[in-house]
Amino acid sequence: MFKLSHISAACALALAGIAVPAQAQISGDVIRIGFITDMSGLYADIDGPAGAEMIRQAVADMGGTVAGKKVEVLVADHQNKADVAAAKAREWFDQQGLDMLIGGTNSGTALAMAKVAAEKKKPFLAVGPGSSALTNDQCSPYTVHYAYDTVAMAKTTGPAVVKSGGKSWYFMTADYAFGTALQTDATNVVKASGGTVVGAVRHPLATSDFSSFMLQAQASKAQILGLANAGGDTINSIKAANEFGLTKTMKLAGLLMFINDVHSLGLKATQGMYLTDSWYWNQSPESRTWAKRFFEKFKRMPSSLQAADYSVTQFYLNAVKAAGSDDGDKTMEQMRKLKVNDMYTKGGYVRADGSMIHDMYLMQVKTPESSTTPWDYYNVVATAKGEEAFLTKAESKCSLWK
Amino acid sequence: MEIFGIPLQAFLGQLLLGLVNGSFYAMLSLGLAVIFGLLGIVNFAHGALYMIGAYVAYVALDRFGINYWFALVIAPVLVGALGVVIERTLLQRLYKIDPIYGLLLTFGLALIAEGIFRYWFDVSGQSYPVPEALQGATNLGFMVLPNYRAWVVVASLTVCLGTWFLIERTRLGAYLRAGTENPALVQAFGINVPVMVMLTYGAGCGLAALAGVLAAPVIQVTPLMGSNLIIVVFAVVVIGGMGSILGSILTGVALGLVEGLTKVFYPEASNIVVFVIMAIVLVVRPAGLFGKEK
Repeated sequence: MFKLSHISAACALALAGIAVPAQAQISGDVIRIGFITDMSGLYADIDGPAGAEMIRQAVADMGGTVAGKKVEVLVADHQNKADVAAAKAREWFDQQGLDMLIGGTNSGTALAMAKVAAEKKKPFLAVGPGSSALTNDQCSPYTVHYAYDTVAMAKTTGPAVVKSGGKSWYFMTADYAFGTALQTDATNVVKASGGTVVGAVRHPLATSDFSSFMLQAQASKAQILGLANAGGDTINSIKAANEFGLTKTMKLAGLLMFINDVHSLGLKATQGMYLTDSWYWNQSPESRTWAKRFFEKFKRMPSSLQAADYSVTQFYLNAVKAAGSDDGDKTMEQMRKLKVNDMYTKGGYVRADGSMIHDMYLMQVKTPESSTTPWDYYNVVATAKGEEAFLTKAESKCSLWK
Repeated sequence: MEIFGIPLQAFLGQLLLGLVNGSFYAMLSLGLAVIFGLLGIVNFAHGALYMIGAYVAYVALDRFGINYWFALVIAPVLVGALGVVIERTLLQRLYKIDPIYGLLLTFGLALIAEGIFRYWFDVSGQSYPVPEALQGATNLGFMVLPNYRAWVVVASLTVCLGTWFLIERTRLGAYLRAGTENPALVQAFGINVPVMVMLTYGAGCGLAALAGVLAAPVIQVTPLMGSNLIIVVFAVVVIGGMGSILGSILTGVALGLVEGLTKVFYPEASNIVVFVIMAIVLVVRPAGLFGKEK
């Protein structure tokens, strides 16, 4: 028995040896893409199940096969726990022969998954997380940060708000990797544009009552309340700010807001707010066509992350096609060569530190009167060119970009 | 004048907000305490029932134009009825076996309810407006208190004390307490114990729904609102002493205050301070502050 299995293994090896040169080098004869995100918690609307569906759709739109091999998508919920995310990633790389991992929302989980991917020498394409650490002090040759980061958010929103008269800032910060990164990045930008930061309060992730923090913010007498949080935390912050009359004396600046947040709060509570995003469904004819398909499926408009989930999947599969292989190093090499030109962005490229450099948009939330159709929520006030929006070489601490 | 380095006025404001949150905790933990005290069931579905209460209010307003004041009645009645159905069809089969089964069952029900509402309403949730009569804010000198928050404190403390009075000071309450102590004997006196237990569970669920309606205008109505809160509320019940009604009310208010102050002095710890207190209390007094050792 023992002998027999040895013989058959040897035969298999021999056969594999013969087969390989004739075809593309696809490990396990299947291209396996993994997606680990918050599927059920406070970030599930901006990415979550709809994001997973967009990855599947991206694969289906390419015919379901690349380089003659089937593409498979695995999805898991990390429940906003870094250890769950890292363990799942490790299991997939080790046991399922995962070829590439897409990182969903939550920076804490993304930083943990990036380490696992680097160890396994497989591409980690981060779409949902915001922390700029992914391409800065914790950059890796296998990480691509695709949609946005805290630096780009701060650099686009910050100066615009300071210019419109908001000189003194107070931060409401989610107490974990992403929130603190966003606060640090925004502080630098505000100071550089001539503003001051008078204080900050750090709240735990998924806080439901913000009233106490609102009182502290009010006491600071700052002009701007910078919301360095996301998802449900941002929503409840804005609700409390309205309830406690903060919006009469201070202006709110959402440093990371998605269209789903604006939708669930309504325009009455959010009108006039500045925010930055990498994509808006109503920005171009191409994006509108793409978003319409999404709307038919989910009865809501896609967030920028869901658009980026679609875009990143095709970007990766094109790299596999160009490399003729799903090998980690070879696909990374192709991704650094290829440009992103699709419904998500034009002329995007992956820089040495792993940032995918593309334009960012400064939006202002419309008033209820000026919004004419459903989900017509933003005016695009300014476009920040990719090179200006993201970290500069001088600011970067990434050892790969020196 | 300053207290621990912050102005007295700000300090008073924070205490008041702590009281608002504390009265929510009190009302939720009260329902849990009643159910545990009288049925011996650890009702893990409480957070989900609170969430359903808020959604009943939201749907009533959004789809049927039924206002807040009617929702305050409708939601507890509907959710109470749901509680009765759960008790009749599921819970009553578990009274004679280990309490862990009741805990597992209600936890499972909570997950199912959350999943269904997540499917229907998405996690970002919906905004419920503050009723017109309670809009605006009152300047108390040391802080500007939204009128709605003041109403929450008054309403929930009234409900809490009313429930306490009903159970501890009336004949009906005496039957209830006797029925849990020795159901066979009380039944022999001609009182229908199973119906009484059923109605108690329904009432406990109704209390959760009422808290949900009260919370709806203040926090975003989302399918996750219950699970964010339920763990804290359980800690409140454990600290107060499982089954102690007065204990749960007082502990709820007190922990709201402690949490409020933590948000000023060390905000990062505001979501764990309750559990630190719980650990200390369990070490010093395993039965809780107001509980009786058995």
